[in-house]
Parts: sequence; structure tokens; C-alpha cells
Amino acid sequence: MSRAMRYSTLAIALHWLIALLIFVAFPLGVYMHELPLSPDKLKLYSYHKWIGIMVLLLAAIRVSWRMTHTPPPLPAGIAAWQRHASSAVHGLLYLLMIAIPVSGWLMSSAKGFQTVWFGVLPLPDLVDKNRELGDLLAGVHKALNFTLLGLVILHVGAALQHHFIGRQPFLQRMGWGKKERT
Amino acid sequence: MTRHLALIALLAALTAPAAHAVEYRTVLPKQSTIHFEFRQMGVPVKGGFKRFTTQMVFDPAKPEAAHAQIEIDLASIDAGSAEADDESAGKLWFNRSAYPKATFVSSQIRALGNNRYEMRGTLTLKGRSRDMVVPVTYAPGHSAAIFDGSFILKRLDFGIGEGLWADVATVANEVRVTFRIAASGN
Repeated sequence: MSRAMRYSTLAIALHWLIALLIFVAFPLGVYMHELPLSPDKLKLYSYHKWIGIMVLLLAAIRVSWRMTHTPPPLPAGIAAWQRHASSAVHGLLYLLMIAIPVSGWLMSSAKGFQTVWFGVLPLPDLVDKNRELGDLLAGVHKALNFTLLGLVILHVGAALQHHFIGRQPFLQRMGWGKKERT
Repeated sequence: MTRHLALIALLAALTAPAAHAVEYRTVLPKQSTIHFEFRQMGVPVKGGFKRFTTQMVFDPAKPEAAHAQIEIDLASIDAGSAEADDESAGKLWFNRSAYPKATFVSSQIRALGNNRYEMRGTLTLKGRSRDMVVPVTYAPGHSAAIFDGSFILKRLDFGIGEGLWADVATVANEVRVTFRIAASGN
């Protein structure tokens, strides 16, 4: 595969790092909020928030990279509707990687718990404590997350489908597999 | 006549300070607050108590004769969230069914100058009593005087948050208590 068919090393590193963080934060979020109040619950909430802010930071770098770079073109033979769908899904994924942590951060403030990154760096409370707003943002955070889940399934499904069934060198775009000389 | 005038002036001069002296003993609950703040996973959490009764006598001219007694209804807690309010009633925290109130009774009040005072007294919480030293500032006002104070309470001294909650890395041991008592003169 030529170098031009691959994302840059930075984009690949960010893609996998963010993916890993989301794959930890998402089930953690689903699990933790049903727990009865305990020190472990408080710890898990904090870890979830710390991971979320990490995602926000890395996603901001990723989006700025994307806005200043042209991604490698899709392999030939991809239908036009698939190209459109691909670009729409990618756009939404970028948007959600920013919107989900921000909604969580705002929700936390509205519920009266400031986000203090790693327990040391306090993030400003952009909204005041307000129970109704907190509940509303919790609903928004949840809805955005389940939208993300659906899009990730589509995204992974499409990549695997093109790679294994369409036999197009898809996964290499994100650094999966052998790097060929240019 | 001039002697009489002089006498009246003297009397006026003598009684004037007495006329200004006020003994504060009527607490104004609506203007009085008790708040607290503690850290949970490094995150500051604010709370307070909505219902408490205060009995006090304070004459700035005789601070050593002053006295204060506060009784807090622990069921009126705001511990930062509804979940925490419920949790705080349990045996590991306030054990509220057995100990529904917290009380503070002053034993000695000492003037430090500049309207600052040091109040010593006993705080009783969850059946445990501890001597506390509380700095208080006094701000005289037209209709009411304001007494502000703040001190650090170590929750584990009172068994507040036992068992799995005794881990101070999750919920800090230090709780800053801040109060404001408004009182009018007689």
C-alpha cells in the first residue's frame, strides 16, 4: 500500500487511542450509574470523567488535524452512496467525540460536581448547579452515547465488510497490517 | 441653672454608651446559615443544613459573659445530591434514627480585638463530643448583627463515614463548616 493510502502516524495513533478510551469509558458509564453509592462508585465516576476529558482533548487534536489535512482517498470501486455515507458517519463521529465529553462535563457541573481532571486540575463549571438541567443533560449524554454506539457499529462493520468481503485494503488505512514501502 | 445643665450633660455623657450597648439574643433564622464543604475524589462538594435553632446572648461590652448554643436537625441536610442526602442518614454516616441532632454548646468566648472572637465549646455529633475552637467575627448592624465563623471538622473524630467510607482518599476527613448567625438586640 502506498503511503498516500494511509492516514498519518499521528492520525492513526489518535484513532486507536481514542477508540480504546471510548471502549473503556462507555461500558464504565453504563455500569457505574446503577451502582449504589459507595467509595468505589465515586472512584469509577471520577475515572469515567477523567477518561472523557482525555477523549475531548485528543478529539480536539484529531479534528484540528483533520481540518488541516486531506485524508487518504477511499480505494477505487466504492459506490458513490457509500462515499457519502462514509463522510457523513465520519463527520458525526468527530462531532460526537467532542459533544459527548462536553455534555458529560456540563452535566457534572449542573449536578453540582465539578470535574477535577485526575483529581488535580479543576475544569471550570460552565453552568450552575441546577437539578432540571442536570437531568436534561444526563438524557442528552445518554442519547448521544447510544447514537455513537450505533455509528461505531456501522463504522466497524463497514470497514470489516470492505476489507474482508470487498477485499479492499481497508484496515491498512488505519495502520492495521503490514506497512508497505512507498 | 448652669449647675443643672452641667449635671444633665454629665448624665447624658454617662448614659450614652449604655444606650448604644445592645445585648444580642434574638436569632433571625432566615438570615442565618450553616454550610459545609468537603472534597470527594479531589472535587469540592458543598452542602449545608436548612433547619437549626440557635440560642445566644452576646453583649460586645461583656464578651466573656456571652453564650451560644446551636442545635442542628440532621434531617435537613443537603449533602450535595439526593443520593448523598439519603446515604448520610445511614448507620455508617450520621445514624440519624439514633442521633437526629447535632449540638454545639459554647463554654468560653474570648475577645481577640477588631471584632474577632475565639469561641470554645463542645460539638456533639453521633453521640460523640469533642472540644472545638471556633473563630468568630462580629459585624454590628442597624437591625441585626452578623456573626460569621468557620472551622475544620474531622469527620472521623465523630465516626461520620465509617467502615468502607473511612477511606479518606475518596472522601476527605476534613470538612470545612461555615456558619452565619444573624441576631437582633433585645
